[in-house]
Amino acid sequence: MNGDVKFGILAIQGDYEAHAKMLDRLGVKWTYVRRPEDIDGITGIILPGGESTTHIKVMREEGVWDALEKFAAQGGAFFGTCAGAILLAREVHNPPQESLGLLDISILRNGYGRQLASDVHEGKTTISEQPIEMIFIRAPIIQKVGHGVEVLARDAAHPVLVQQGRILAATFHPELTTDPTVHRHFVDTIGQRREGAAAESHSHRAASPAR
Amino acid sequence: MDLMNDNLWRVKVGLAEMLKGGVIMDVTTAEQAKIAEDAGACAVMALERVPSDIRKEGGVARMAAPRVIREIMEVVSIPVMAKVRIGHFAEAQVLEALEVDYIDESEVLTPADEEHHVWKHGFKVPFVCGARNLGEALRRIAEGAAMIRTKGEAGSGNIVEAVRHMRAIISQMKKLTTLGQEELVHEAKELGAPLDLVAWVAKHGKLPVPNFSAGGVATPADAALVMQLGAEAVFVGSGIFKSSDPAQRARAVVKATTHYKDAKIVLEASEELGEAMKGIDVRQLEEKDLLQTRGW
Repeated sequence: MNGDVKFGILAIQGDYEAHAKMLDRLGVKWTYVRRPEDIDGITGIILPGGESTTHIKVMREEGVWDALEKFAAQGGAFFGTCAGAILLAREVHNPPQESLGLLDISILRNGYGRQLASDVHEGKTTISEQPIEMIFIRAPIIQKVGHGVEVLARDAAHPVLVQQGRILAATFHPELTTDPTVHRHFVDTIGQRREGAAAESHSHRAASPAR
Repeated sequence: MDLMNDNLWRVKVGLAEMLKGGVIMDVTTAEQAKIAEDAGACAVMALERVPSDIRKEGGVARMAAPRVIREIMEVVSIPVMAKVRIGHFAEAQVLEALEVDYIDESEVLTPADEEHHVWKHGFKVPFVCGARNLGEALRRIAEGAAMIRTKGEAGSGNIVEAVRHMRAIISQMKKLTTLGQEELVHEAKELGAPLDLVAWVAKHGKLPVPNFSAGGVATPADAALVMQLGAEAVFVGSGIFKSSDPAQRARAVVKATTHYKDAKIVLEASEELGEAMKGIDVRQLEEKDLLQTRGW
């Protein structure tokens, strides 16, 4: 399946192995990304759960950050879960921190509170008929979404799965379940499109500010 | 195991999953916590005194003061763990009320109960516990620990015990995968561990919760060593703030843990570091001075 298409999984720290297992289930080729050169030849990258402060620190010092920005400018696809969603957001609060800014959302770190607020919910999405399980762990809350951002799922009032062109983000952890729905969506409908991607990506970055 | 369908259990183990590949650092003040976070720690462990000071100063080592833990929680955005004495469920209740993210029921503090560990399933906050071998790890998991770490020998700056414990757990797990059903029953008896957990490990070849290393990590190469032996993350206790250059050393250990298989990067991380903590030859310690023999 999927021919020569290969995905990267950022493996600085966090639950990157769980994402790898999910891609294995889908029969998709993947490689761990720890250094800038690991990005060569991939179509899309998964930014896993973990600690976003750690990810930023290590990526900045070792050139992975710049490589990811370049990858984004070339139209690379991104899928971030939890900490990964924070890295993709245009605006980060609690506390403010730098981000790749590829997705026109405003996000609040640890939005529900500390670990005691972590929970498992079930919710409907626009990408599947069946509801999916959503595991929230010290999860962020998406506070605002820009015009170009499509909300694929909500939990209570908050968007929890959002997409803007080739950028997909979940505030929960589909990789910790046995349901490949969200990963399949990324791999099949986002990760494979390459043509015209660069132009599309530019239009995102010029998207109107978050509402 | 029915546990795998229990949502509370899944978010407890889930947070441990998020810490994999990272470094959890012991801190005693908010200032140290900030240094740890800035260096790339994925979590901090709040305690009254680092293990090497507990060893030196003696006396009863207890849970850290809530005021200090709260200050640490206020200053960092990464998860904050704190230690309780073995069996001291009331200290654990206090930490749960304080809303720490993880509790370490730790042999580093003076045990409050020499026969019983805390019944950790009774808490909503997740627990990590130390273990020296597979039987001990599975007993703690049976009580509700959602993360296991090797005990090593805390505050020694000597990696030998952490290596011994990690090798013991990994090789005992490997052995289980080769056994038949009737042999597993016997092995459960030998390990002193519940059969359902023994059978789970035999089937999957790993613990049902993340397995981290602790107790003696002092250098980037120490971190790379335990990661290559099978640890999924690293706890560093006295090794950071008892060295001559905490911020730089913390950064170097984080780097070596991420790139544990890449010797060139571990080399890079090891260069230009000052002096590591002094360290103790564990063989020179008397039985009564060992922290790892606390708990069972």
